[in-house]
Amino acid sequence: MASFTTLTSTAAPLRVENVDTDQIIPAKYLTAVTKEGMGLGCFSNWRYLEDGSSNPEFSLNQPQFAGAQILVAGRNFGSGSSREHAVWALTDYGFRSVIAPAFADIFYNNSFKNGLLPVVLPEATVTQLWATLEANPSASITVDLPSQTVTLPDGSSTGFEIDPFRKACMLEGVDDLGYIMKRDAAIAAYEAKPAY
Amino acid sequence: MQDLCKAYMKEALMGKTLFEKVWDAHVVAQDAGAPAVLYIDTHLIHEVTSPQAFSMLRERGLQVRQPHKTFATMDHSIPTRMANATDVIPLEMWGAEQANQVQTLRKNCADFGVTLWDINGEVQGVVHVVGPEMGITHPGMTIVCGDSHTSTHGAFGALAFGIGTSEVGHVLASQCLLQSKPKTMAVNVSGKLERGVTAKDIILAIIAQIGADGGTGYVLEYRGEAIEALSMAERMTICNMSIEAGARAGMIAPDQTTFDFVEGRPYAPKGEDWTRAVAYWKTLPSDADAVFDREIHLDASQLEPMVTYGTNPGQGTGISGHIPESLENPAQQRALTSALEYMGLQAGQAIDGLPVDVVFIGSCTNGRLEDLRLAAGIVKGKRISSGVLGIVVPGSKDVRNKAEAEGLDQIFISAGFEWRGAGCSMCLAMNEDKAGAGKYVASTSNRNFQGRQGPGSRSLLMSPLMAAAAAVSGRVVDVRQML
Ligand code: SF4
Repeated sequence: MASFTTLTSTAAPLRVENVDTDQIIPAKYLTAVTKEGMGLGCFSNWRYLEDGSSNPEFSLNQPQFAGAQILVAGRNFGSGSSREHAVWALTDYGFRSVIAPAFADIFYNNSFKNGLLPVVLPEATVTQLWATLEANPSASITVDLPSQTVTLPDGSSTGFEIDPFRKACMLEGVDDLGYIMKRDAAIAAYEAKPAY
Repeated sequence: MQDLCKAYMKEALMGKTLFEKVWDAHVVAQDAGAPAVLYIDTHLIHEVTSPQAFSMLRERGLQVRQPHKTFATMDHSIPTRMANATDVIPLEMWGAEQANQVQTLRKNCADFGVTLWDINGEVQGVVHVVGPEMGITHPGMTIVCGDSHTSTHGAFGALAFGIGTSEVGHVLASQCLLQSKPKTMAVNVSGKLERGVTAKDIILAIIAQIGADGGTGYVLEYRGEAIEALSMAERMTICNMSIEAGARAGMIAPDQTTFDFVEGRPYAPKGEDWTRAVAYWKTLPSDADAVFDREIHLDASQLEPMVTYGTNPGQGTGISGHIPESLENPAQQRALTSALEYMGLQAGQAIDGLPVDVVFIGSCTNGRLEDLRLAAGIVKGKRISSGVLGIVVPGSKDVRNKAEAEGLDQIFISAGFEWRGAGCSMCLAMNEDKAGAGKYVASTSNRNFQGRQGPGSRSLLMSPLMAAAAAVSGRVVDVRQML
C-alpha cells in the first residue's frame, strides 16, 4: 500500500457539498475488472460536456489547477456507493489528499487503503480556503501527517484529528490484511466455538 | 473525565444495545489503541466490486479462508431486457465489459470454491434480495458485501454494512475485518401508519429529518411500535436506506416476524440448531436500560407519502409539501440551489404535480414481492399515462416467479409496463437501462444522485404505491386519492 508522510502542492477547490461517489466515478466506468485508468472517469459528468469536450466551467478543468494533488471539497464528501473505484479514480487522476469538513464513512475508510489522505478541517476553514484558492490558484498547501497539520497559503497552520492506528498504517504504508493475518490463531480459536 | 466516567458506567452497569451484543460477540482480538479484528459470518459478493479483490488474492498467493461463507450473485451490470418470456438476452448481446465481468466472476468463484448464483441458474437477483430469500441472513450475524446497501440485512438484527474492494479481499483471505466501533443512535418511530403511507415513507422522512450525513459514524437502531408492526420486506426497505443517512448500518431487533421469515429457507438452521438459534436470537434485542449515544423520534401517524425533489435522499418532503424557498444554513442552501438547477425545478414549487417521464419499480429497496403487489394494486385495470415509460424489475428470479404465479406480470404488462428479468437495472444504470438526459424518473430505488439513473437523469424517490400512481397519472400525485 502507498504510504503518506507529507505533501506540498497546489490545491483545487470544489465548492460542492455531498459529492457522492457516483459523481467521483460514474457507474459506466465500473465495468472494469482492474483498478488502472480510473482517472479517466474521475468526475466525468462534470468534467466533460455532453459532446465529450472539456467543460470550462468545472474547476478541475481550469489550467491553473492542473497538477493539483490536493482537492478541497464540501461536507459529506464521498457519500453513497461503497465503490472503491472512487478512490482509485482520485488517485489515478493525481490526488493524494482530500480536504473536507466531513467525509462519508465508507469512502473515508477506503481512502486509507490506497494512500489517499482524507483531512477533516472545520467548515469555516474550508470556506475560506476556497476563496483563497480561487483568488490565488498557484497558492500551495502542505499536508503533514506526522505533525497532523495543514499549512495554509497564508502560512498559518491548523491541526487535524486522525485515528492513531490509521495514521501509523498510513505513514508506514502497511495494510490491514497483514495485521489481521497475524491473528490467525485467534481467528481459528473463534471459528472453533459454536455459533450459539 | 466526565466522558471517561460515563463510558465506565456504561460498560459496568448498563444494559447493552442490539448492536453492542452483536459487535461484542464478533470481536476476535483487539489491541489497545487499535481497531477490533471483527469476525464476519457471511460475505456477499457480486460481479462489480469483487474482481480486483480476487486479483489481490492471486498476487499474494492467498486462498479464500472459508469459501462456504461467501456467496456470489450477478446483479449490477447484467441486462434485465428479456429475449423471450423466461430468459434475459444472451451474453453475446451484452456489452463486452459487462460480459467480461460476469465471466470473471464465474472463473473466480470456480477457482476459489465460492457458491455462485448465476444468471443462468434458478436463483439470482439483487444480492440483498437473494441473501434473505435463501435464508443466509440470520439475526445476530455480521454480514458484509462490497455494496453500501448491505445495510438491508440489518432488518434481521444482523450487523450488516458495505465495504470497499480492499476489504472484500481482506474478508476473502481472513474472514475478518479491522473495524473501529461506531456509535449508536436509536430511531424511535411511534404511532401507526395511515393507509397509503409505507415503510419507504418512514425512511425518507427520517433521512429528511437528520440529513444525508445525519447518521455518519452511527449504527441506527429502528424501534418503536411502527417498526414492530412492519413485515420483513418493509423492515428491509427501512434498513436498506440507512446508508442514505450516512449511517454505517441500520438494525431492527429480531422478533417472531423475523423468525417466521427465516424458518424453513434453504440456509436456515434446521432441527435442534433451529431451536438453539432462536433461543439465542431472543437474547439479542437491546436491554431496557441500554443507552444510545443519540436518540431521535418520529411519529409515523403524522406521515404522508414522501417524495424527493433534490439530488441527495435527504432532500425530500411530503406530497402536500413544497420545495423549500430557502434554507438558513449556507452549505444546505448551496446544496439546494445546485440540486434545483440540476433537477430543473423551482424553489417553492409544489411536490404534487411534479413531472414524470419514466417510472422505475424495482431495486433492493422496493423490488420484493410485496412491493410489486402494492404497485400492481394501483395500476390494475389502468394504463400508464401516454408518453411515460414504465419498467418493473423484480429484485430476484424468485420474486419474478412468484409475481407471475399471482398474475402480477399480466397486470403490469396490460397497463403498458415492461416486465423485466431480475437485477439492479435502472437503480444505478450500469447496463443499458438508462432514463435519458433531463428525464424525470419516479423511482422506488434509493438514490437520486445526479445521473444515477443514467447521464442527466432526474430521480424522484418514492414508494411503490406512489410510483405506480405517478405512472398512471403522468405526474406526481397523492396515491391516497386512488385507494
Ligand atoms: S438495486 Fe441498486 S442499490 Fe441495490 S444493490 Fe443494486 S444498484 Fe445497489
